[in-house]
Amino acid sequence: MQLTERHKEYWGKNLRVTSILLAIWFVVTYVFSYFAREMNEITFLGFPLGFYFGAQGSLIIYVLIIWFYARYMDKLDQEYGVHEGEEE
Amino acid sequence: MAQAQSQSAFFNQLKKYYTFYTGGFVAFVILLAILEQMGVPNKILGYIFLFATIGLYAGIGIMSKTADVSEYYVAGRRVPALFNGLATGADWMSAASFIGMAGTLYLTGYDGLAFVMGWTGGYCLVALFLAPYLRKFGQFTIPDFLGARYGGNIPRTIGVVAAIICSFTYVIAQIYGVGIITSRFTGLEFGVGVFVGLGGILVCSFLGGMKAVTWTQVAQYIILIVAYMIPVVWLSVKHTGNPIPQVAYGYTLQKVTEREKVLNDASTPDGAREAEVRAIFKKKQEAAEAKLNGLKEGGAAYLAEEKAKAELKLADLKAAPTPDAKAIEDAEKALKDFPKDEKAAQEAWKKAADGAKAKAGPIKAHAEAFPGKDDKARNAARKNFLALVLCLMVGTAALPHILMRYYTTPSVKEARKSVFWSLFFIFLLYFTAPALAVLVKYEVYNNLVGTSFAQLPAWVSNWAAVDKTLMAITDMNKDGLIQLAEITIGGDLIVLATPEIAGLPYVISGLVAAGGLAAALSTADGLLLTIANALSHDVYYKMIDPNAPTARRLIVSKVLLLLVAVIAAYVTSLKPGNILFLVGAAFSLAASGFFPALVMGVFWKRANKAGAILGMLGGLGVCMYYMFITYDFFGVNAPLWWDIKPIAAGLFGIPAGFIGVILGSLLTAAPSKEVQDLVDHVRYPNLEGDIKTEAA
Repeated sequence: MQLTERHKEYWGKNLRVTSILLAIWFVVTYVFSYFAREMNEITFLGFPLGFYFGAQGSLIIYVLIIWFYARYMDKLDQEYGVHEGEEE
Repeated sequence: MAQAQSQSAFFNQLKKYYTFYTGGFVAFVILLAILEQMGVPNKILGYIFLFATIGLYAGIGIMSKTADVSEYYVAGRRVPALFNGLATGADWMSAASFIGMAGTLYLTGYDGLAFVMGWTGGYCLVALFLAPYLRKFGQFTIPDFLGARYGGNIPRTIGVVAAIICSFTYVIAQIYGVGIITSRFTGLEFGVGVFVGLGGILVCSFLGGMKAVTWTQVAQYIILIVAYMIPVVWLSVKHTGNPIPQVAYGYTLQKVTEREKVLNDASTPDGAREAEVRAIFKKKQEAAEAKLNGLKEGGAAYLAEEKAKAELKLADLKAAPTPDAKAIEDAEKALKDFPKDEKAAQEAWKKAADGAKAKAGPIKAHAEAFPGKDDKARNAARKNFLALVLCLMVGTAALPHILMRYYTTPSVKEARKSVFWSLFFIFLLYFTAPALAVLVKYEVYNNLVGTSFAQLPAWVSNWAAVDKTLMAITDMNKDGLIQLAEITIGGDLIVLATPEIAGLPYVISGLVAAGGLAAALSTADGLLLTIANALSHDVYYKMIDPNAPTARRLIVSKVLLLLVAVIAAYVTSLKPGNILFLVGAAFSLAASGFFPALVMGVFWKRANKAGAILGMLGGLGVCMYYMFITYDFFGVNAPLWWDIKPIAAGLFGIPAGFIGVILGSLLTAAPSKEVQDLVDHVRYPNLEGDIKTEAA
């Protein structure tokens, strides 16, 4: 099985989107939590902001990260012709 | 034959079935509500809930019975993304999530959010690093992937052992939850409750394996989410007038924070009464600490002296001209419970000192992150919070019973979508739990604190009568009014008592119990199946007898399932302590043992057998070693590394795993061309002239 340049490009793009999403995940989880005390000084919808991110904000972003990845990769599969055939 | 049916027709049919099912379940609850109004006693309602839901799961299990290997191990690989998401939600959310989570948040405030974030954010790692690639690989178990990618039986065997260690510790916690719920709501004994629940677990998975477990889990998710939401929404309407608790509780949190300030301020009347009670606890703490000191210096002699004092006190009381019956009874009880030896005394007095100490200080603000008396303590709290989040996240992405679920979707595309649905359904419960915690706190701080002992709300006296560890309340300063420091609440109470706090009829309490049972049963199902499959597929079929006929493979699998279930129930009925630590340990172990080898297997072609072995053993080894030297159960009590608590041992195990994979691989030859082709194969959903790894 020989991989073409296009295949390598597909994998490169996959790695790129994976790293970007992972960076967002990292910032939301660790950087925001690290500064939770400072962020708690700000009020958002009645919540101290640091608490809000721990309880809700980060969760919403996690769901969006996975949703975006699934959508992006489906398009990428089509574009590079590595998508699966229709089921049965 | 079902196989001939197209995937979309199958999806529509499932949608129809489960819509009917949900409608039927709602009608069933309404029927029970009517029965309750007609005067049917609560205990009967509890029994009906227990046996009707277990009967329902059994029905689904029997309808899904199968003799096909692919259906038994991976539900025939035709579970649509949405339904796999529902099933994963139930598989994931255990008794700890359903009953324990809101309680942990109530008791610890911001610190408890480590669990909320850790147990959701881990799905980002599942989606980005594992699910699509494992689905393309498409065999039956996680050790299958390790075996194929790294070659030979050693990586597979380590995988099997690691899978069994983490699944078994986790399944004990689940069966424990089943026992507690059945015994509480039906009055059966704990041990009997365990075995009734076990029957419920087995009928689901025994006949139909993964296929039956999947369709039962979907049904269980529906029950558990309905049961979780109804009381919270009701409570939210009651306190805020807004039916969406997740939006409304920000303002409730503000009120709770204001109230915390009042209760901590001794210049207000309420605060002054709290201070009075705290002073009493402070004295108790000092008394217990004095005893501990005496014990440390005097040893056995001191213990004998204390015992003699207690005996003398009892004799004096009895000899008094007008004997005080109550005081005599207390003194007799104190003597009866007097610690037998030095070790027991050390434990009992330490517990008393810690318990009093917790009540002697000011209350912690709910929303405050990383509290501590100085910057050093605050920084240590923050470090531990972040480390725990990391272990829980990576552990989530490495628990075999979850990863296995992504083998069951029809395609890579559906696997990716299915991770989204999984997290979405888990998210619904996890972002509600913090709201529930705050709403109950508001109720306790405002409506319970300050009322008189003569007019205890019904839910308080009911629960105090059922279980002292969940709800205990005593008038310490004898002023006839309730102070916050006089209330002891066990975490599990929050979810179980919410229907009563919100003033809902008993039928909703029964529903919540059924939800908790669904959560515990569904997780136990998935875990038992994982263990049985690791033994029957990886050990028996792949290593012992690769020529075994299908029928024999399934029989071996079912016998093992039964055996593992009975062993797990037996271990549970011994009531091993420290369930929470066991759960935490399972995550750290899975994170250190599996995650590096699995991820590097996909993302680094150069990773080879030696690397995988070194990485898995190194990760597990470091993690277990750290737990061993720091967790007080083992009695070594070495100083902590970098202030990290033993529950977050994965913080050291995970890097050790990655370093092991890298070092081991670079020191030995690159893997063969076939293995590198396999890596390419899993990386692309579809390749021309591709090899085939999917098992039937």
